[in-house]
Amino acid sequence: METSSKVIHAMYTDDDVLMAAVKKVRAERYHIEEIYTPFPVHGLDKAMGLAPTRLAITSFLYGCVGLVVSIVMIDYMMIEDWPQNIGGKPSFSYLENMPAFIPIMFELTVFFAAHLLVITFYLRSKLWPFKKAENPDIRTTDDHFLMEISAGDNIDEQFDILRNTGAVEVTLIDKAH
Amino acid sequence: MASHYEAPIRRPLVLGEKSYHDVSVDIAKPVEGKANKSWWIVFSISLAAFLWGIGCIIYTISTGIGVWGLNKTIGWAWDITNFVWWVGIGHAGTLISAVLLLFRQKWRMAINRSAEAMTIFAVIQAGLFPLIHMGRPWLGYWVLPIPNQFGSLWVNFNSPLLWDVFAISTYLSVSLVFWWTGLLPDFAMIRDRAVKPFQKKIYSLLAFGWSGRAKDWQRFEEVSLVLAGLATPLVLSVHTIVSFDFATSIVPGWHTTIFPPYFVAGAVFSGFAMVNTLLIIMRKVVSLEDYITVQHIELMNIVIMITGSIVGVAYISELFIAWYSGVEYEQYAFLNRATGPYWWAYLLMMTCNVFSPQFMWFKKLRTSIMFSFFISIVVNVGMWFERFVIIVTSLHRDYMPSAWTMFQPTFVDIGIFIGTIGFFFVLFLLYARTFPVVSQAEVKAILKSSGQRYKRIRESGESLVGTGTDPRTHNINIHAGSPIVDEQSTVKAHDPEAINQLMDSVGVFDPLTQTKDDLQQINGVGPKMEEVLNGIGIYSFLQVSKMTKREYDLLDEITASFPGRAERDDWAGQAKILINNKE
Repeated sequence: METSSKVIHAMYTDDDVLMAAVKKVRAERYHIEEIYTPFPVHGLDKAMGLAPTRLAITSFLYGCVGLVVSIVMIDYMMIEDWPQNIGGKPSFSYLENMPAFIPIMFELTVFFAAHLLVITFYLRSKLWPFKKAENPDIRTTDDHFLMEISAGDNIDEQFDILRNTGAVEVTLIDKAH
Repeated sequence: MASHYEAPIRRPLVLGEKSYHDVSVDIAKPVEGKANKSWWIVFSISLAAFLWGIGCIIYTISTGIGVWGLNKTIGWAWDITNFVWWVGIGHAGTLISAVLLLFRQKWRMAINRSAEAMTIFAVIQAGLFPLIHMGRPWLGYWVLPIPNQFGSLWVNFNSPLLWDVFAISTYLSVSLVFWWTGLLPDFAMIRDRAVKPFQKKIYSLLAFGWSGRAKDWQRFEEVSLVLAGLATPLVLSVHTIVSFDFATSIVPGWHTTIFPPYFVAGAVFSGFAMVNTLLIIMRKVVSLEDYITVQHIELMNIVIMITGSIVGVAYISELFIAWYSGVEYEQYAFLNRATGPYWWAYLLMMTCNVFSPQFMWFKKLRTSIMFSFFISIVVNVGMWFERFVIIVTSLHRDYMPSAWTMFQPTFVDIGIFIGTIGFFFVLFLLYARTFPVVSQAEVKAILKSSGQRYKRIRESGESLVGTGTDPRTHNINIHAGSPIVDEQSTVKAHDPEAINQLMDSVGVFDPLTQTKDDLQQINGVGPKMEEVLNGIGIYSFLQVSKMTKREYDLLDEITASFPGRAERDDWAGQAKILINNKE
């Protein structure tokens, strides 16, 4: 039987204790739903079994888009639409005029890579103005670490395991309410 | 388990006995507290300067650029000097946060937030000058790649001035999102500490709903790293492109291939000087000496010394190349710079930028806070004169001696410059009162490796596991067999007999089925007493309500404080009322 709406919150006050607890809980084959921490705990994502993030790859692709946009834009404006003879250097060929365009090609590459990366991050992590915070306990932005595991049938056993890992508070939460 | 190892030779970056909670408290304090008198005085002066600058800008725009001291020969002077000066200052922030992040320099964490803030505020000042210089700033959007309304003429992509538009706007906007992304967890910390509803609302809005999930942190770190990787070439490109404004011209004294690296080094130099100026004051005013330590100031001084020396080499190379080129116009431009009517500006530039940083070779001087502050001001002045020397002395004696002239700034030139300084400080002072000025999440992440307290624990051979616990945020361990009580507490932990008897009669609290009550609602129970009761194992009103004369006596026996207090205040009766009110 699934008691899907019930979760157990285990509160820790130390990052090293938390790391050990994560390993222990995973070894006991309980599913860690989420961990809320006040600062990036190094190695926590690996210990929890989180997949590596692909944001760096998206940023590379966005940079490529920026580069293409800049080339197309400058080619259209300077070469195709209205070629001018500036300082004795006529604009008839993109390739021949390219050295003068490199600064803006570079800037637009960075512009696209950086901004679209941040926008992707904000959307994926659901961060935007007026978004309600979802950390269940306000102490998790100060010095507490909260591990949320889904409650199984044997809640008592789960409680025991969590207490033995050094959790200072263990609570059963019914998310349906 | 994370090892938190750091070579013992590394000096601690966070001084004092700081726990994670201390970091939150220290960094939230300036935001939560009230501004002191000196803040208001400096803010008023800055605001007055800013308003004066606005007046001068309005006068310029309504009357025309003729109100400046520019003339037929010197078409570029204070405006562009100020522009380059501010852009240069705006380089340190990204350098500190991006380049030092790539090099994994942990000392950046105490200063990157303020350095980035300074960057953004400085670039805003810089951006004002081209805008004002347009004469009709409401047509400023013409610099964007949009067709001009008389036909289909586009902006000129060959022009370094257009490169500047793209470079500066990319730099400003990327620095802004880099800064803001780093701020989210810190705004969230302040949001969660806020008590007043208005503050809570504002910081909830600013924090974008940051919750600190493991996945968010994973992405956060990746984004920081990628942005650092992007911002590093970006910051180098910006001042390179600014130098192209001059280097691609054919004016002797400007037409120099050494300009890009020379300008970048100069920018880093002046930026670090400004960071030192601001942080030496700020660490004192907001009491963050434990985070922005003398070591940080020393390291910044070393960067100032190195970049100052690079700038010195560039000055000398310029002179050498002018002589070696055999071009007499080039030779005259530099001879005139050093010995002509502007010799004093050249000497000031050399003294401030090349000579003064050499004092930093001495450890005693570079670890002196007063001396560092003094040198940082000297460098700021020197770097302004560097730009003035490059711009004005190259123009004032051109190919036609009949056109030779000197530059005389008007009160409007001076007023706008002072106005931007005022605007800069207005922004920085507001920032220092409302933003978390140290990146607290990152400082917490390095606390166990670089904090003085944890270094001491590690060196004494003890384990760091569990040392993150702070007794002020959590001092009870409700799952241990016997209550844990700190030493100052009056509970006699050696009296298990009395505790057992007491627990037998009031009943055991079961965290599974019951919720903890706020025992301080009982008149007579303070924070200390609640701690003691929790330590014994009493958490709920239900337990308190079961207490009688016998239990009160047992409690007195255990706590040995305020005998008879519980009975006199009738805790059990109060607890019953509280239970009834709850239902």
